[in-house]
Amino acid sequence: MFNTIMIPVDLAHQDRLSKALQCAADLARHYKAKVIYVGVAAATPSSIAHSPEEFKKKMAEFAASQAEMHGIAAEAHAMISHDPATDLDPTLLKAVKETRADLVVMASHIPNLTDYIWPSNGGTIAGHADASVMVVRD
Amino acid sequence: MTDDSENQGIPEPEGEVALIETDYEIGQDNVDGSVGPFGFDIHNPVFMISGLSIVLFVFYTLALPEQSGVVFSWLFTTVTTSFDWFFIGAANIFVLFCFLLIVTPYGRVRLGGADATPDYSYIGWFAMLFAAGMGIGLMFYGVSEPMSHFSSSFGGVAMGEDGVRTDWAPLGGAEGDQVEAVRLGMAATIFHWGLHPWAIYAVVALSLALFSYNKGLPLTIRSAFYPILGERVWGWWGHVIDTLAVFATLFGLATSLGFGATQANAGLNELFGVPTGSTTEVILISAITAVALISVLRGLDGGVKVLSEINMGLAIALLIFVLLVGPTLLLLTGFVDYLVAYVQYLPQLANPLGREDVNFTQGWTAFYWAWWISWSPFVGMFIARVSRGRTVREFVICVLLIPSLVCVLWMSVFGGIAIDQVVSDGYTVAQEAALELKLFKMLDQLPLVQITSLIGIVLVIVFFVTSSDSGSLVIDTITAGGKVDAPVPQRVFWCVFEGAVAIVLLLSAGGLKSLQSMVISTGLPFTVVLLMMCWAIWKGLSTEAH
Repeated sequence: MFNTIMIPVDLAHQDRLSKALQCAADLARHYKAKVIYVGVAAATPSSIAHSPEEFKKKMAEFAASQAEMHGIAAEAHAMISHDPATDLDPTLLKAVKETRADLVVMASHIPNLTDYIWPSNGGTIAGHADASVMVVRD
Repeated sequence: MTDDSENQGIPEPEGEVALIETDYEIGQDNVDGSVGPFGFDIHNPVFMISGLSIVLFVFYTLALPEQSGVVFSWLFTTVTTSFDWFFIGAANIFVLFCFLLIVTPYGRVRLGGADATPDYSYIGWFAMLFAAGMGIGLMFYGVSEPMSHFSSSFGGVAMGEDGVRTDWAPLGGAEGDQVEAVRLGMAATIFHWGLHPWAIYAVVALSLALFSYNKGLPLTIRSAFYPILGERVWGWWGHVIDTLAVFATLFGLATSLGFGATQANAGLNELFGVPTGSTTEVILISAITAVALISVLRGLDGGVKVLSEINMGLAIALLIFVLLVGPTLLLLTGFVDYLVAYVQYLPQLANPLGREDVNFTQGWTAFYWAWWISWSPFVGMFIARVSRGRTVREFVICVLLIPSLVCVLWMSVFGGIAIDQVVSDGYTVAQEAALELKLFKMLDQLPLVQITSLIGIVLVIVFFVTSSDSGSLVIDTITAGGKVDAPVPQRVFWCVFEGAVAIVLLLSAGGLKSLQSMVISTGLPFTVVLLMMCWAIWKGLSTEAH
């Protein structure tokens, strides 16, 4: 049913991703699909990487370790954004197009008061992406 | 991997850079969590110290407006009278340093690595440079400053009983000599808006871009001091530097917001009879801050960039309109004449020692330099964020020379036409009007005044929004230890407090004077920071491939 599963990952908060990562891997095995891990970063240094190149390398390493751990086919796709705090939604939507994913698996928090002002990324992607979207609550 | 030629992901390896090896991890001193539903990720203790001080400052000024007014006025006088030479001398060093960078081989270093490519087109880049750099100032002083210097120069020198000059004329003035008074007035204005401010911005912007894009250090002011302080920059030395930067930025911004509010108010009064006074100004600042909040939520590309481009279009339209309906040839030849006058008077105007025109050097030049310096962390960081992929030489030329020329053009046209109205037509209303009104009184003499005045007000307001928005972005980055992806509610916090500081300072006994005195007092220590930065840039560039 699905060929390419995209999952956005924040390398700085891997602990909050375990359910979504497991879910994506299980689905990938079931549908014999490929998983593409998408990371978004600014060109400025961050706690993850000092430069875009280093970020790209870390993403590739992350994808490789996931592939080995779950026995799935995996790739990394690094995106650069000028302002990741506000640009995340459009950047992820662009990533859906670029990766030609037909399923997006996303971790998301339980909606709270702030979602009226800042809608959750999971909700926005589900509302706008062409692909199917599965939002995994943490 | 997907094919890189067809996606817009991160560019392939970007060539050699000389990363600084440090064990410091960006965000290691940060505290993150949430207050109720609002998440935060802030640097400890920079956020705490600066946030608490600002809150206390706002309450102090509100609680004791009379007393604080006296304190602010004392600060202004003390700092400008004792340190005017220091501001003037330091600014000269920044200009010379920039020219040095253009001509030495270090100019070949590319920000972001040898093969990095720019993210923004020249147009988008320049629009943001101006909107962030001096938008409101150009509107406020475009007519009023050339006019003030022209009038005071024409009036000539006046001596007080104690042998100190009481006039505000630059240098020796040009008593009774109209032609020379115009030249001197324009030269003095261009001096304040030309090379010097942009050199100040260029130094800060370059150091931030170099140390984050090429050296891999966090995007905060302290990173530039790594070559001097080493690992100590992550401790209290760095905390002090970053906190100073936050104060300078906040008060610099609040001053511009104060100018913007008084001018927008004056314009609305002219056009629609809206009452002037602190009530309207408070409402204006609150309303415009609310608009800025929307822009903050839309982020860098969706908010600031779009607004900057709109504003650049409007400003160019207004400039061309004034140029065409005014005495076009006179204004264009004026541009060249005033440039020549600037070059001719520059050595005297920039001389830091033994000046007799104390009112001019202390009230105008020293204030301007402090204002630009206090804006520099803000404009500098903003320029740095949008400048990846340019070489040092391209960067310095673009930040130093092109904006300077545009400012000269702006001042020649707006100041030139206002002075011409006095000289040729005997129309002295603009000359006699208050500073914030001069622009509108000048437009009054031109056709379509309703439309142009409205454009003027819109420009002030949108520049206000872009400044407030990009300012919040910058203060947030500094107080988040260089993280550019901290939760958005923090930007909202800073955006609101910029407005609050502008309001309480306008309400305090001194009004705009209070704002100016805070700018001067925070600009002074930051000048020392900037001087050390020049040395750090030099050391940083020396390890890059060039």
